[in-house]
This record gives sequence, C-alpha cells and structure tokens, in this order.
Amino acid sequence: MASSAATPTHAGAASHSSEQSGLWSWLTTVDHKKIGILYLYTALFYLLVGGLEAVLIRTQLAKPNLSLVSADFYNQLFTMHGTTMVFLVVMPLSAAFFNYLIPLQIGARDVAFPRLNAFSYWVYALGGLFITLPIFWGLAPDGGWFAYAPLSGPTYGGGYNMDFWVIGLQVLGISSLAAAFNFITTIINMRAPGMTLMRMPMFTWMSFVVQFLVILAFPVITAALFFLQFDRFFGTQFYEVAAGGDPLLWQHLFWVFGHPEVYILILPAFGLVSEVLPTHSRKPLFGYNAMAYSGIMIGFLGFGVWAHHMFAVGMGPVADSIFAVATMLIGLPTGVKIFNWIATMYGGSLRFPVAMKFAIGLIAMFTIGGISGVMHSSPPSDLQQTDTYFIVAHFHYVLYGGAMMGIFAGIYHYFPKMTGRFMSESLGNWQFWLNFIGLNLTFFPMHFSGMLGMPRRIYTYDAGQGWDLFNMMSTVGTYMLLVAGLLFAYNFFRSKKHGAPAGSDPWGAPTLEWSIPSPPPDYNFAQIPEVTSRYPMWDLKAPDRTAGIEHSHPDAAVIAEAHAVPMHEETERRTAKELGIPMPFNTIKPFLVALGIIILFSGLIVLHIGNFPLAMATMLGGGAFMVGSLYAWLTSPLE
Amino acid sequence: MSNDRAHADHVHEHPTWKQYKWVALWLFVITVVEVWAYYIPAFVASKAFVPALLLMSAVKFTIVVMFYMHLKYDHSLFRKLFTGPLLIAGATLVAFLFLFKR
Amino acid sequence: MTTATAAAGAHEAHEHTHYTTTGLDNRKIAIWAFIGSECMLFGSLISTYLVYKGRSVVGPFPHEAWTSPTGQVFKPILDIPVTSASTFVLLMSSLFMVLALAAVENKGKPGYEGTLGSSKLWLLATALAGAVFLGFQAYEFTSFVHEGLTIKTNLFGSSFFTLTGFHGTHVAVGVLWLMTLLFIDMKRGLGPKDTILVDICALYWHFVDVVWIVIFTLVYLIQ
Ligand code: HEM
Ligand SMILES: [Cu+2]
Repeated sequence: MASSAATPTHAGAASHSSEQSGLWSWLTTVDHKKIGILYLYTALFYLLVGGLEAVLIRTQLAKPNLSLVSADFYNQLFTMHGTTMVFLVVMPLSAAFFNYLIPLQIGARDVAFPRLNAFSYWVYALGGLFITLPIFWGLAPDGGWFAYAPLSGPTYGGGYNMDFWVIGLQVLGISSLAAAFNFITTIINMRAPGMTLMRMPMFTWMSFVVQFLVILAFPVITAALFFLQFDRFFGTQFYEVAAGGDPLLWQHLFWVFGHPEVYILILPAFGLVSEVLPTHSRKPLFGYNAMAYSGIMIGFLGFGVWAHHMFAVGMGPVADSIFAVATMLIGLPTGVKIFNWIATMYGGSLRFPVAMKFAIGLIAMFTIGGISGVMHSSPPSDLQQTDTYFIVAHFHYVLYGGAMMGIFAGIYHYFPKMTGRFMSESLGNWQFWLNFIGLNLTFFPMHFSGMLGMPRRIYTYDAGQGWDLFNMMSTVGTYMLLVAGLLFAYNFFRSKKHGAPAGSDPWGAPTLEWSIPSPPPDYNFAQIPEVTSRYPMWDLKAPDRTAGIEHSHPDAAVIAEAHAVPMHEETERRTAKELGIPMPFNTIKPFLVALGIIILFSGLIVLHIGNFPLAMATMLGGGAFMVGSLYAWLTSPLE
Repeated sequence: MSNDRAHADHVHEHPTWKQYKWVALWLFVITVVEVWAYYIPAFVASKAFVPALLLMSAVKFTIVVMFYMHLKYDHSLFRKLFTGPLLIAGATLVAFLFLFKR
Repeated sequence: MTTATAAAGAHEAHEHTHYTTTGLDNRKIAIWAFIGSECMLFGSLISTYLVYKGRSVVGPFPHEAWTSPTGQVFKPILDIPVTSASTFVLLMSSLFMVLALAAVENKGKPGYEGTLGSSKLWLLATALAGAVFLGFQAYEFTSFVHEGLTIKTNLFGSSFFTLTGFHGTHVAVGVLWLMTLLFIDMKRGLGPKDTILVDICALYWHFVDVVWIVIFTLVYLIQ
C-alpha cells in the first residue's frame, strides 16, 4: 500500500463520502471514525472559545488596575475557561482519539455499542452548548471550575449562573460514563485474534486505564452534583452551613473525582506520545511492560491522593501526612514514564517531524509541571503556594505543556490516517515554536508572581507589588499562543483539501491502524488480521527492529474459528456490501435520547424561574421523550 | 461467529435450584437475627453490636453476589470488574468516616 | 439517568453473535462495568449519609426522640417492623429473579415443565415484589412527611430521602425493565437464546438488592 498510495486514497474517500454526506448523515452516523471526527471538530471549536476567554482574562490582567471587564464578568470568564478546557476541550479531544483509534488499533470493525457511541457524542455536544451559551447573556457559571459549596449553593450563589454549571456538568458526566462502558467493553472484547492485552498499542492501554478512572470517578461527582442540585432546586440542606452542613463535604467529594480527573486528562496524551516516539525513533518503545503497569499504578494511586488539594483547610497532621506521602508516591510511576520515553529515543535513528517535536515538548514541559507538583505535595510548602499563581503555573505546565502538546502531537501524527493527507510541516514548525515559546513566556513567570503572593482568581491588582513585569510577560505570551492556535487552524483546514497525499503508512509506523488505507473504509478491515506480536507492521516491513520482542506463530485454529487471516496490508478500497460485511444502520435515535435528556434537565431552570407547571411539563415531556426514544432505539435492529 | 464461543460463559457449572433455596433461607434467617438483635437493648449497647451487624450484612451481600449473581461460577473477568470498584468504594467510605470524625 | 444509558448499552449488541475476544457477550461485560461504577455512586451516597449522621441541628431524628423548642415531641422516626417487611419482600424478589433466569435458560429441558419452567410467572413475581417494595417505600415516605420529616427539614432528612430515593429509583427502573422482558416473553416467548437478555437484567436487579442489604443495616439497624 505504501507505494501504491502515491495515488491519493482520497479519490475513493470522495466517492464514498458523497453517498453519505450532508447534515443528516452526521446526525445519524454510528461509525466510530465519523463520531471521532465530530468530537475532534466540536472540541477544536471549544478550544477556540476557551482560548478567547483566556485571552480576555490575560488582557484584563496585563497591567495593574485595568477595567476591561467587570469583576463579575471576570468570575464568569475564569470559571468558563476552566470548565471549558477540562470538560469541553481536553476530554473530548481525547475522546476523538479513543473513537478514531481504539477500534483501528485493536483490529476491530467498530466499537462494542456503536449507537451508544453516537449517544455519548450527542450528549456531549448538546451539554456543551447548554453550559456555554449563557455567557452571551452574562449568566455564565461564576463559581470556579470546582464550584466550592456553599459558595455555589442557593444561599451564596442564588442567581441562575451556577444552575447551568450543576446541570451541564451532570449531563456531560452521562456522556463520559456511557463512552467509558463502551470502550471498556470494546477493549476487553473486540480485540483481533492474537491481540493480547500485552500486545495492545500503548495508546489503547492508557485509554483503557482512563475508562476505569471515568467509571469510578464520575459517579462521585454525580452524587455531589445531585446534592447541589437538590439544594438549589428542592431546598435540601446538604451544603447549608446554618443547618449543620459541612463545607468540606463538597470539597472532599469533588476532589475524590477531581484528582482522577487530572489523570483522565493527561493519560491519553501520554498514550499518543507513546505512539509517536517509537515511530519516529524507529525503535520499539522502551520498557513496554513498565509503561503499561505504571499507567495502572497511576490510575490506582490516583484514588488515594485527593486531599492534597485541601491541605489548607486544616485536616490535621495525620491526614495531611498520609495524603502528602501518597502524592509523592504517585510521582514515581510518572517518572518511570518520562525515563522510558527518553530511553526509547536513546540510540534510535531519530526523525523530527512536527508530531515528534510536540512529543518531545510534552516530555520537557510535563517534567517541569511534575516537579512543581511534587513541590506542593508537601503541606508546609503547599501552604505558601495554594491559591496563588504558582498553582496556576503548575497545572498549566501539565495541562497545556502536557495534555495539549500530546494532543497536538497526536493530531499531526494521525491527520494523514484520518484524511489521507499530510498537514504542512513548515506551518507546523512555526506553530510548534510559537507555541513552545509562548507557553513558557505565559506560564513560567507565573511561578514568580505566585511566589510573590499574587492570588488566583482576582480580576485586577495594584501596582508596586513586584507583579507587573511578570503579568505583562504572561499576557504577551498568551498572544503568541493565540497566533500559534490560529496558525494551527489554518494549517488544519488548508491541509484537509490541499495537503500532500499520504499513503496508508506514511510514517512507517508499527501498529495495526497503519495496515489499512487512509482514510480507512467504513468497515476498517476487510479481513481481520491475526496478530502475532506487538509491532505487526514492523514484522512485515522492518523485521530487524522487532527481532528482540516476543512473537507467536500464526495459529491455524484461531484463524479458522475467527475468520482471521495472517497479518497483511490492505490496499483495496471496496464497499462493505461488496465484501459482505454487515454494517450498522445509521439512526437518529441516540440523538433524540440525548435531546430528551437536555429537555428533562432544562426543566430545573424553569423551576428556578418559578413557573412550576411549565417546569413539570418540561421535565415530564423531556423524560417521556427520552424514554420513548430509548425504547425505539432498543427495539430496532443494529444492522 | 461460532456459537459455542459466544456461550462459553454458560458451560461453567451453575448454581442449582437447591442452592437458590438455601441462599434464600439464609437471607431470611440472617435478616430475622439482625432485626431481633435490634430489639435487645443490652446487645445494642454493647461493643459487639455494630461489628455483628456489619458481619451479618456482609454475609448476605456475599452470598447474593456469589450465588444469585453467579460470580462464583462465572468468568474471572466479572469478578475483577466488580471487586476492584467495590474495594475502592469501600476504602473511600472508610476514609470519609475518618476524615469527618469529630 | 445513568441507569437508562447502561440499559441502553446492555441491550445494544445484536442477536447474531460476532467473534469476541473472550467469548463473552459484550452486554454482560458492560453491565458488570456499570455495576462497578454504581458501587461508587452508592458509596458516595452512603458515605454522605454516615458523615452527616448525628449532625442535624433540628429533629426529627432516626433513632432518638426529639422535643422541639416549642415543646412538640417527635418519636424516633424509623419504622423497623415495616422496613423489615419490605426488606424481606425485596430479598425474596431476588429468589424469583434467579428462578426466572433458570426458567428461560432451561426452557424445554426436563425438570422445567411445570411452574419451575414458567418464566412469565417468575418475571411477574419479581416485578410484583419490586412494586410492593416501592409501595412500602411510598408509605414510609408519606408517613415520615406526616410526622414532620421532609427532604428540607434537616441534614438527616436530606441525606435519608436522597439515599433511599436513589435506591427506590433504581428499583423502579428495574421493575420497568422486568415488565419489558415480561412483555417480550408474552409476545414471542423467551427461550435459551435469550438468556443474556434476562441475565443482564437479573444482575442489575440483584445488585439493587445488595445495595438495600447494606442500606438496611447501616441506615436502619445501626443506631
Ligand atoms: C506529578 C504529578 C502531579 C502532582 C504531584 C500534582 C500535585 C498537585 C497538588 C498537590 C495540587 C494542589 C495544589 C493546591 O494546594 O491548590 C495540584 C493542583 C492541580 N493540579 Fe496537579 N499534580 C500532578 C499532576 C497533574 C496533572 C497531570 C494535571 C492535569 C492534567 C494536574 C492538574 C492540576 C490542577 C488543575 C490543579 C489545580 C486545582 C485547583 O483548582 O486548586 N496536576 N496538583
Ligand atoms: Cu490532585
């Protein structure tokens, strides 16, 4: 294929997309690749939204005593910036890759539950609008991305603002949970013959861990959010201090969710980088087992460190010590990953396309963020840093320098697979360097302004405290990041049409997704391959690289039973019908169920407005619509 | 594709009707003992009350999960999918009781 | 809400069997993952109830009498005899559920000709027992409200009604699910090839039952 790919596979793609393009086909699709693309576009749109919010924030803080925005609106800006970036950008960008890559990497034709997959996306898309639109009326949530109760409760946050947050987040949780059950089942049960767990590509491994974090962490915030909703809408007392409610209840519940959540954000990026580095080092991933196990360790320990976000509330020496030690421990498996990536590159024959630059950027930037993280794992040290810009510096090094850089690496790496074309390397280089310099210019000075005592979440500050220069640097850096982002957008859309054609395996990569045409046909694999090692494509094309790793022989029994064939490259592009592969029907029902859920929850806002009959009508109507659509969905055949 | 693979989870030995009856009987008896214990003030006041009730409840929990949810006879994967989260949930609950102790 | 999604996932995969890595049915893996997730949901609800135990500033209280500042006397609010009865009904529903599953799985086999093989009977019995449990809960809730405890009254009221209400909602979803199976059984008859459909519903049902086992001890019996 690699050679015949000089003829852009795009020709084929064009003909097949003509039969199923248009709005309706996107609303009804159940193809994991199209859903992945939908996630990608939607999340990139929200990246623009969250990015513009950040630009406004930084412009307001460029100099002392500016009044570009009001204090009130500033609260909405930082709340929505954080919420957007976490729940509407990084998680869905990861979900875009889960969707697109997991079935391809494990040799499957789709996910376990294709319609549930569409449902997850639509809940995300509609829930995202629900939480984003109110900012245009100045009604956006304003209680921080962690919404500490009782500040977010009815007594201190009685407006409509936080209504949108407590409902929107609940809805987004449904999306993540549904997707997680789907991917857990897919990874356990849809692997091609011979694709044992310890042969799975590292991205699939990290995604697997993430899905477990989702199913264990999200129910906790679901419960916490229900309490807050009941307080706000039904008059319960969960977070009411006057009634004896404990202000720490929300904090504990939130961070039991919140710390695993940060690993939900970073592990997929780690996975992407673990695909990019071996490919461009032309050398197997160093310490594959250690990589997989450290991912599991991070996930597991991630449930025992949450209270390091709460050292300042006075939990007492015993609790502080336990959580401090646990937090320091979790640095170890993280360090293992860093060293393994470096060792992967060591002695390889390196290539430096943009994807590789971003991957190496992640290693460097995440290390800085990891080190400042270990600094505030010590309570005495954290007491100086908590709620200052030092913390902001820390988590932007891990989130922007880590998660976002990893995702950019993933986009540059997989764009040719998704579209059949390369992104421009020269524009990409500009983006990378602007990004790299802008990121450090923005966030490194925050370590200093933080250490000098500048608190988080203030809308302006007085001159003469030694913060002015650092703030100006941060703002200039932010504008560099904005330019970098626009360059990326230009590159992305231009390359889709005019990029140089890429073959099925443009990078000479080792894993299954590169054995099929780019973009892949809707059935993915005409014949499911039997996998005999971790790097099937290198076995075919560069066997010297994989001589040292474990192989099995093709198993005739497995092949016969599972209708699999020995590992091969697929070059032909035919329709599923010609090949006799049953494909799931497109359906609108998952979208309708998602819509029903949104209507159901919107009733709560009407309730707050005070129109009881209309509220009941909305909730009952939405609920009935949801249940009806659900029954229609469940009783119609999949394929 | 092949049907026997798809039904592989059923070739395991299954709990029988007799076991079902026994489990139901045990559930009933333990519940009676639990409620009975609740009405003995001296026992309620003693140190043994809470551990005894927790133990009885744990036994009920375990036999339902093992026999009625046939986890004892099923693929070990299901055991992992259940006990892992259960342990994390339990540990979190204990941590909460400790953190909120006054 | 998440229940509905999981039920959706659980029903999703289609009749004819594709190759799967483990040989297990997708739906069964999904429902166990869902149950694992539910452990954390109920874990959070129960933790909150226990953390707030004894912290309400006004009554009524679960296990102690309370005299309000105005001199009104409230007795301990939990009604152990009634709840013991409803607990018994829910426990027995689990027995009916395993019998329903066995009846579907062994339809037509020797020993399953009579009552034992009547999946319709056992599905109906399970759903009815669930409905009776819900009836008890409705009775309990209304009598609490009459005695002066609502979800707004105090921390106990908020956390108690929320915890047991969530459990009750799960029971209600289960009853709906069972009724749906019963409906399918009456329309086209459930047989051995439908085992998975009943199995995932049964797993959900038993899980809701074990959650109640925990709630009954922690909330009602331990003072
Ligand atoms: C080496 C691993 C890490 C360590 C040791 C660590 C440690 C910490 C600690 C102790 C805090 C609390 C600071 C405070 O008192 O406010 C914190 C805050 C934070 N961390 Fe990390 N962290 C690590 C990795 C990550 C990752 C991977 C992410 C996200 C991708 C992340 C995101 C955050 C965020 C968003 C906050 C701010 C919480 C707030 O709003 O107060 N961290 N980190
Ligand atoms: Cu944390």
